[in-house]
Amino acid sequence: MHEEIIFAGFGGQGVMFVGQLLAYTALAEEKHVTWIPSYGPEMRGGTANCTVVVSDEPIGSPVCKHPSVAVIFNNPSLEKYEAMVTPGGLLVVNSSMMVHPPTRTDLEVVMLPATATASEIGDVRVSNMIMLGAMLIHRALVDRATVEHVLIEKLGTRKAHLQAINLTAFERGITLGQTQQASV
Amino acid sequence: MAVELLKGNEAIAEAAIRAGLEAYFGYPITPQTEILEHMARRMPDLGRAFIQAESEVASINMVYGAACTGARAMTSSSSPGISLMQEGFSYIACSEVPCVVVDVMRGGPGLGNIDPSQADYFQVTRSAGHGDFHAIVLAPASVQEAIDLMVEAFDLAEKYRTLVFVVADGLLGQMMEPAQLPPMKPVHKNRPDWALTGAVNREPNIITSLELNAPALEEVNLRLQAKLAEIRKHEQRWAELWTDDAKLVVVGYGMSGRIAQTAVKQARREGMKVGLLRPISLWPFPEKRLSTLADQVDAFLVIEMNAGQMVDDVRLSAGGQVPVSFYGRMGGVVPVPEEIYHEITTLYEKLTSGE
Amino acid sequence: MTAVEALVEEQIVYQRPESLLEVPTHYCPGCTHGIAHRIVAEVLDELGVRERTIGVSPVGCSVLAYKYFNMDGAEAAHGRAPAMATGIKRVMPDHVVFTYQGDGDLAAIGIGEIIHTATRGENITTIFINNAIYGMTGGQMAPTTLPGQRTTSSVTGRDVETTGFPIRMAEMLAGMTGSAYVVRRSLHNVKEINRAKQAVRVAFQAQLAGLGFSMVELLSSCPTNWGMSAPEAMKWIEDNMVPYYPLGDYKVADAVQPLLKRK
Ligand SMILES: Cc1ncc(C[n+]2csc(CCOP(=O)(O)OP(=O)(O)O)c2C)c(N)n1
Ligand code: SF4
Repeated sequence: MHEEIIFAGFGGQGVMFVGQLLAYTALAEEKHVTWIPSYGPEMRGGTANCTVVVSDEPIGSPVCKHPSVAVIFNNPSLEKYEAMVTPGGLLVVNSSMMVHPPTRTDLEVVMLPATATASEIGDVRVSNMIMLGAMLIHRALVDRATVEHVLIEKLGTRKAHLQAINLTAFERGITLGQTQQASV
Repeated sequence: MAVELLKGNEAIAEAAIRAGLEAYFGYPITPQTEILEHMARRMPDLGRAFIQAESEVASINMVYGAACTGARAMTSSSSPGISLMQEGFSYIACSEVPCVVVDVMRGGPGLGNIDPSQADYFQVTRSAGHGDFHAIVLAPASVQEAIDLMVEAFDLAEKYRTLVFVVADGLLGQMMEPAQLPPMKPVHKNRPDWALTGAVNREPNIITSLELNAPALEEVNLRLQAKLAEIRKHEQRWAELWTDDAKLVVVGYGMSGRIAQTAVKQARREGMKVGLLRPISLWPFPEKRLSTLADQVDAFLVIEMNAGQMVDDVRLSAGGQVPVSFYGRMGGVVPVPEEIYHEITTLYEKLTSGE
Repeated sequence: MTAVEALVEEQIVYQRPESLLEVPTHYCPGCTHGIAHRIVAEVLDELGVRERTIGVSPVGCSVLAYKYFNMDGAEAAHGRAPAMATGIKRVMPDHVVFTYQGDGDLAAIGIGEIIHTATRGENITTIFINNAIYGMTGGQMAPTTLPGQRTTSSVTGRDVETTGFPIRMAEMLAGMTGSAYVVRRSLHNVKEINRAKQAVRVAFQAQLAGLGFSMVELLSSCPTNWGMSAPEAMKWIEDNMVPYYPLGDYKVADAVQPLLKRK
């Protein structure tokens, strides 16, 4: 297993956090992992993004030109990253924020209304957990239980009040991921 | 100690603390500010010295002062700040005071940007200040290596009474990956006999870089050069992969060496006899290993995030035996494995198609 | 009384302080650097702190001060002595740390370092030699050169229109909250020298009491570059420098007051 995942959206959508959560989870499962914030050949421009590489083997480059997975939180990021995903890769798209649907036909595409669902649950900021849940259905990089465990640990006592809503969002993401069959 | 997910800059700072750092002085500059911030949080709690100085000029002179007492002292900065510290580096080198400096390089010249770069190679290996001197320069390629080299940097600085740079680029500084911190060492209370500790029952100790008498200053220089020769003999460090039967060896340090590794691996998978040599000490440059490899390989390919500053060192080590090509990106652009792979294949085809 | 008896009865009234080494200095005849050194050395002797004192020399005529003081010393880059002293003091808080700086060193190239050292209330002492000129490099204009004063780089006299006005450092540093004791004295006659010595003592006592930054500015002579004899130079200080740089106490923090009375 070796996946290069880019998480991209606006600042405030929890893009960096969810990338780190995946990285912490991968570490908890003793996998090799790197996390880098908006650095790389195609970065910058108002959006927040991070690249996570998860692998069974020691990781060489933490940067990549063609990620195997892109988790896209907003329209500008779709415009920027859709073309870069490696053929046969996975594109997880927050449909609540899209102006145009993705056009690539050589990718697995999962569309889900993450922002709408998050505000339904009670906090738009948990759309990141919804996106992560859905992604893990299509790329089982780490165990769901480990994600939950690590999330609780990372929120700690100071942010314990955010536990329930984040876990709910994660569950919803998983359900949405399951019902949203990837269109290829 | 457990394996943790650590950010490069914070790992560097904590590793220094655990290596017994007694005094930190610095000035904010991206992309290394997390080092300063980590020190601000940790050092006062531990009862150790921390000052956010008014400039990099002041920082390095505070380091110089603290180190004169035999305390483990360091500063960290990024390229423009390193330029301002050069005066201090030269004084430190001449007066042989052990100091450690971290340079998390960013895009230049000038104010440049805050993206990753390796364009300070010449500055740290060749021209860290006026006069004849070199500092030891260590270039980690992972968070773990950054931790290990930080600890080693202090030991080397003290062993040779010299300035040691640990150079990273913004990418390593900002990256998070699993790594293990060393156990906490206490600050060492035993001061070396040359240190400024108060002239109690002994002649005064003086730390100076001034010697107005030319033959005497030449003596000082000869002593420094002899020390540098020792360092050159004993402290060359590098890592290598798949070099045994390699026809082409890619040479890159720090993050570009690591990025190149992915490209080299890909080439190997496709049956090309390509290897990787990653200098860990940039000064002293691993010239011994490079020159042996020059007997075996058909070409070297240097990869850097600059205009090819290390190429000279590789050429000198190869002694004109084999061609040395270069591929690099500048201005904060990070090369990706695909680009390097492309360079490798183009070059490899040329080599094997019988020139 | 025999000669021997006379010797036995002699009392030592004047000798080299232990804090000064028995070496000839390189200072010009009539230069007050030597007097300033002696004052500092006497005070360190009297306070009994020589063995735990670390001096930081500047770049300027007093660059070799560490060769004259009998104590541990470091030689800083031009203007950076306060930063270096800060580094030393922070890891050796129980030691006495002082800088000895000229006006080019302190008020030009090193003005940033001295201001920030003062404002941090760094617990060190600075002896500031104001001779209104760059001595070591051969008499160029300093930040403290008086209006109209001729130097090798202000040949027709300092023109304030193009070179600005002399900096009054004691007044400036007194404005720093971290300063505990900032005064100006002069070395142009015996009375002033005695007063200067008292100020130097208070400055070091303030440091020993941990009260913060202390500086004694000393109006000093540079007969060589002023182109004067020694007596002329002393008179020039009195007639020209003192009016521009009034002697006095510019900052005496409340906590320092008791030190003044004790004497
Ligand atoms: C960076 C740097 N610039 C310039 C010099 C040259 N320099 C040596 S001493 C000096 C002026 C010193 O004048 P001052 O501080 O007034 O001391 P004085 O010699 O009058 O005692 C200068 C400019 C130097 N050594 N370093
Ligand atoms: S040049 Fe001036 S300051 Fe320097 S030693 Fe001579 S008289 Fe003193």
